[in-house]
Amino acid sequence: MANNVSAEDALGPGLRGLVDDWSSDQRAFKDVPWSKAMMWIFLLSDTFIFACFLIGYMTVRMGTTEPWPDTSSVFALHVGQANIPLLLIAIMTFILISSSGTMALAVKYGYERHRQATATLLIVTAVLGATFVGMQAFEWTKLIQEGVRPWGNPWGAPQFGASFFLITGFHGTHVSFGVLFLIIMAVKVLRGSLDDQRPGFLTGRRGRYEMVETMGLYWHFVDLVWVFIFAFFYLW
Amino acid sequence: MANSGYDAVSHAPPAEVGEMELVHPKTFVGKYIWSQDAKVIAVQYGITATAIGLVALVLSLLMRLQLGFPNTFSIIDPASYLQYVSMHGMIMVVYLLTALLLGAFGNYLIPLMCGARDMVFPYVNMLSYWVYLLAVLVLASGFFVPGGPTGAGWTLYPPQAVSPGTPGINWGIITMLVSLVIFIIGFTMGGLNYVVTVLQARTRGMTLMRLPLTVWGIFMATVLALLAFPALLVACLMMLMDRLLGTSFFMPAMAAAQGHDGGSPLLFQHLFWFFGHPEVYIVALPAFGIVSDLVATHARRHIFGYRMMVWAIIAIGGLSFVVWAHHMYVSGMNPSFGFLFATTTLIIAVPTALKVYNWVLTLWRGNIRLNVPMLFAIGFLFTFVNGGLSGLFLGNVTVDVPLSDTYFVVGHFHMVMAVAPILVIFGAIYHWYPKITGRMLDNRLGHFHFWVTFIGTYAIYYPMHYLGLEGVPRRYYAYGDTAFISDSVQAANVGITIAAFVVAAAQAAFIFNLAWSYFHGREAGPNPWEATTLEWQTPHTPPRHGNWGDELPVVYRWPYDYGVPGAEADFIPQNVPPAPAESSAGGTGGGRT
Repeated sequence: MANNVSAEDALGPGLRGLVDDWSSDQRAFKDVPWSKAMMWIFLLSDTFIFACFLIGYMTVRMGTTEPWPDTSSVFALHVGQANIPLLLIAIMTFILISSSGTMALAVKYGYERHRQATATLLIVTAVLGATFVGMQAFEWTKLIQEGVRPWGNPWGAPQFGASFFLITGFHGTHVSFGVLFLIIMAVKVLRGSLDDQRPGFLTGRRGRYEMVETMGLYWHFVDLVWVFIFAFFYLW
Repeated sequence: MANSGYDAVSHAPPAEVGEMELVHPKTFVGKYIWSQDAKVIAVQYGITATAIGLVALVLSLLMRLQLGFPNTFSIIDPASYLQYVSMHGMIMVVYLLTALLLGAFGNYLIPLMCGARDMVFPYVNMLSYWVYLLAVLVLASGFFVPGGPTGAGWTLYPPQAVSPGTPGINWGIITMLVSLVIFIIGFTMGGLNYVVTVLQARTRGMTLMRLPLTVWGIFMATVLALLAFPALLVACLMMLMDRLLGTSFFMPAMAAAQGHDGGSPLLFQHLFWFFGHPEVYIVALPAFGIVSDLVATHARRHIFGYRMMVWAIIAIGGLSFVVWAHHMYVSGMNPSFGFLFATTTLIIAVPTALKVYNWVLTLWRGNIRLNVPMLFAIGFLFTFVNGGLSGLFLGNVTVDVPLSDTYFVVGHFHMVMAVAPILVIFGAIYHWYPKITGRMLDNRLGHFHFWVTFIGTYAIYYPMHYLGLEGVPRRYYAYGDTAFISDSVQAANVGITIAAFVVAAAQAAFIFNLAWSYFHGREAGPNPWEATTLEWQTPHTPPRHGNWGDELPVVYRWPYDYGVPGAEADFIPQNVPPAPAESSAGGTGGGRT
């Protein structure tokens, strides 16, 4: 017995806590609600989806013999007299990252039971997300008008359009679903469903303020994925 | 050392979370159709998977008719033969084995064995089944669309999967890809449930190292599935775009006639096998877990090396993500990859062999009861060792190259990932049917079913190894007068076809047994096999919605207290606290070997 105690001490308090939690009964992650654990595992799975998308894109980009279109001129906006490269994307990225800030504040106010502030911040987050999707629609329209198609484009490798529409489309779908759930969550907060733990309309699960944090995990993940898409698709 | 797992403890920590709230519908539709009860969902999964699996069985018989008696059956033309190959493979691997082992056994056993009232998200769990059913219907619709289902082989390799000349490129390939995407969405809903239930909803006293190995196997397989299916999802979406929008993710310059240019067919193979190899273990790990429990229960002996068995499951799961390219030795990838992937492939043999030794050592000097589940478990051990050994040949690049795309490969993977898991599934059904229905399956029919299936599958798949060494290529409609194929090949093919029909006919006895015993089987009682795990300790048989009565069970010991010296019976269930003498001695002693 004495040997075991000293072996555990050698791990240090953090690791010892980890070992204790995982060798305990009932829950491996103490004080983590089921929905939050589920969201983390779902996001891990989703990470693999986006990783496969990006690796597939890199493979076809490096594999094709035709030149890859110059992204800084393709994604430039004509403002005043000059073409400013990546202007729209810079604004979109700024908006999406800002929405992560408002989301984090919503979680904070949610745990403080501050209904009005939580709902307002959720709606601001949803509006920022919707703006992002709107600007993405504008970007798609502009590129389609310039002749970019999934099967080809005027400047080079046909995989450019294929990867662009597939990856930004899949990410945009994630953002759109996020906006939808943000609105539902805001309605729940406003009418007090999370305060009196009213069962949900479809699932029958009781509303709790942890839901806002679970929603936040998803939203931050969607933002983080955008940073990778931005780096690998637009900056490369 | 309160949590060592092997020692019984006299008290369990207090409950950390409140009781699960369950929806209790009153109507028949609410209870059995739109049910949120994991046990009902499990049966729904089981019936649907079995039904579509029977379709795939019929397809395999049609293939065998053509191979055994070529030019005899005019309904089988080369195109439809390829369609049978493709649909048989995809249905069996994804829609039967994955759905049955995770959807059916996972749903039924995880909450019961963990001591939970239900899965943690019953509503999402219900959706999971209905989305799965939709995927099955979309897949089956492939038989009725113009041109029929895809004939690209279950691996769906581009460019041929979407190029003229392959059957089903108009509609069949689309229904197949869409069905897979729907399946993955549905599976993710269920899979999140299984993982979170195991991690976060166990009962008091149930530590991870006191879980039955069945739960460990299903848990690890679900983790693999959640990380492997994304690659298949991406591959399916990209191929759908290639087919519908004329993009060129996978279509190389040789497909320029169809307007494609510059894609990478190898990319598809990498994505597909990054899913495809873990998929082998998604099927195998639940089978490993279940067979461990069958062997221990019916040999009245604790599982040998429980901790090693758990770590072997985890190690196999991890390794299964770094071996995928051993399916691609002849694909034209960089040859130095072959060395790397052959090495990792052979390393997997270490934890796998460890498990086989532990099963055999569990049997050794056990008080073996040759019940029908035990027969199937022992049948699995033989079949798995056979299939695993031929895998060692195929895992080496130089041996694989001449054997690739021959019947040796067909024989190997049918032994190791078709027959072996199916034997475990049969054993598991004979084992848990009394809990699910309250009645025993008929013993004589069970023996008949086992012996015909076990010997019959050897009669089918052993000769295929010989065909492969002869160089007979797989997926061929007919061989004609090919010089290097000897006359004995045709004789072997006739024999295989006859054996296949005998085995298929024996399954009718099994289906009949399932239906007949439901009404006329012997009353089982709560614990007919005298097993220790929690599902046999429910207050009602079959368990009602919510599984347990007013009180959740409390777990005091590991799940393998069989043959305990000094105990009244030769087993002690997990929820029985230790007798005073037992705890003062510091443990049961049963698990210390």
